[in-house]
Amino acid sequence: MKRYFSELYTGGKSLVEGLGVTMKALFMPIVTVQYPREEIDITPNYRGHIDLILDPEKNTYLCISCGMCEKSCPSDCIKVNGEKMEGEKKKSLVLFELDFTKCSLCGTCVEVCPKNALEYSQEYNLAAFTKEAFHFDILKRLEERRI
Amino acid sequence: METISILPPELIRMVIAAVIIISFLFLNAIMMGYAERKIAGHVQRRPGPMEVGSHGILQMIIDGVKLVGKELLIPFNVDRTLFRVAPLLSFTPVILPLLVIPFSEKLQARDLNLGLIFIVTMGSVNVMALLVGGWGSNNKYSMFGAMRAVAQAIAYEIPILLSMLAVIFMCNTFSLKEIVGAQQNIWFVFLQPVAFLIYVVAGLAETNRAPFDLPEAESELTAGFHTEYSGMGFSLFFLGEYTNMFIVASVATVLFLGGWHGPHLPYGEYLGVVWFFLKVYLLLFLMIMVRWTYPRVRFDQLLNFAWKYLVPFSLVNLLITAVVVKL
Repeated sequence: MKRYFSELYTGGKSLVEGLGVTMKALFMPIVTVQYPREEIDITPNYRGHIDLILDPEKNTYLCISCGMCEKSCPSDCIKVNGEKMEGEKKKSLVLFELDFTKCSLCGTCVEVCPKNALEYSQEYNLAAFTKEAFHFDILKRLEERRI
Repeated sequence: METISILPPELIRMVIAAVIIISFLFLNAIMMGYAERKIAGHVQRRPGPMEVGSHGILQMIIDGVKLVGKELLIPFNVDRTLFRVAPLLSFTPVILPLLVIPFSEKLQARDLNLGLIFIVTMGSVNVMALLVGGWGSNNKYSMFGAMRAVAQAIAYEIPILLSMLAVIFMCNTFSLKEIVGAQQNIWFVFLQPVAFLIYVVAGLAETNRAPFDLPEAESELTAGFHTEYSGMGFSLFFLGEYTNMFIVASVATVLFLGGWHGPHLPYGEYLGVVWFFLKVYLLLFLMIMVRWTYPRVRFDQLLNFAWKYLVPFSLVNLLITAVVVKL
């Protein structure tokens, strides 16, 4: 008989406490983000597809077109091509393409680069209807940033 | 004008009341659906509907349009008549109790001298709608849901009736208007707190609301008795559920919370409706909060609670009330 009433008391008490918890939560600020309207800053550790680093002093890429990234890529998705322009000592980059459909984001290209010319981008809004949309022209992306 | 004067004025009055009540039912369901989703959202610290209209205020209207536009799917091998009748059976009986509820001193379609019994009777028909829908669907989930609904309703009808009876002992009438009239000086919730608590708990179970939503337990029975329903069939069940909640809350207001009584307002015999709705929607808010706070009970817990706690407590309460009234 004692248990009968003590169960009623403890049960009722915990029910009231539970209501208190949700009542408090009702007036607490919202923690979710309304995605297309608001976006949160992406963490700097985020690994997007690769991008060429823009050297702020020379206002151009650091790449020397050595092709290490192309050779080390396990998925064969990078294409680099450099040509020696007239009157210049070093090769200059004419083509840097990434086939992102095959890329596994392993980061070998970034690690292997002797000039540390590559970085991970912060792009995450990636969706398209065709495969070709994921063949990125990394060099063009750099040119756009330069302007 | 001449055609109108041929008709009996009482008939015209009833038609007007019915039209007002039915339109109010839809409005209530829309408001409750919106409030439910908004409150559920904020309890879980997300905003709830936000896209349609300012703060998603038009969401329920859009949903209604969608439901009307949907095909009425009738699955293979169902009992067609029962399957079709069940949503109507769930919606029609819940309109009738609103005809006898006194919204304010002069806003009442009809003052039946057996008003309370009428409401309880109509409330029981709803359970039959669930049984018919569950049986007619030719689906084991629906069948389980329907059976649970019946077992639950039988168990919880008794404490509801006993707690109502305690109030009726005190005012000697079944007429809702006179019950409210008897609470002029003190609301019955202060004289009958145990009966009020029992009524609210059992009322939650009677409307199949969480934590007693076993008939439609979505994690166990997909959607219980309305698994097979789509479009308007489903929305009639939905309307029936929200109207049932409204009725349970307004009966609680009439029996325990003093109906239209409150601080004085001009044109009190009509504007008492403000106090009435305030109390009803406070109770409904509590019901929504309860739904989003507690987990669903197990079936044995549900029946244990009814037979071990609610029924004995309401019997003892009734006994004490009878003795005190007799003294």
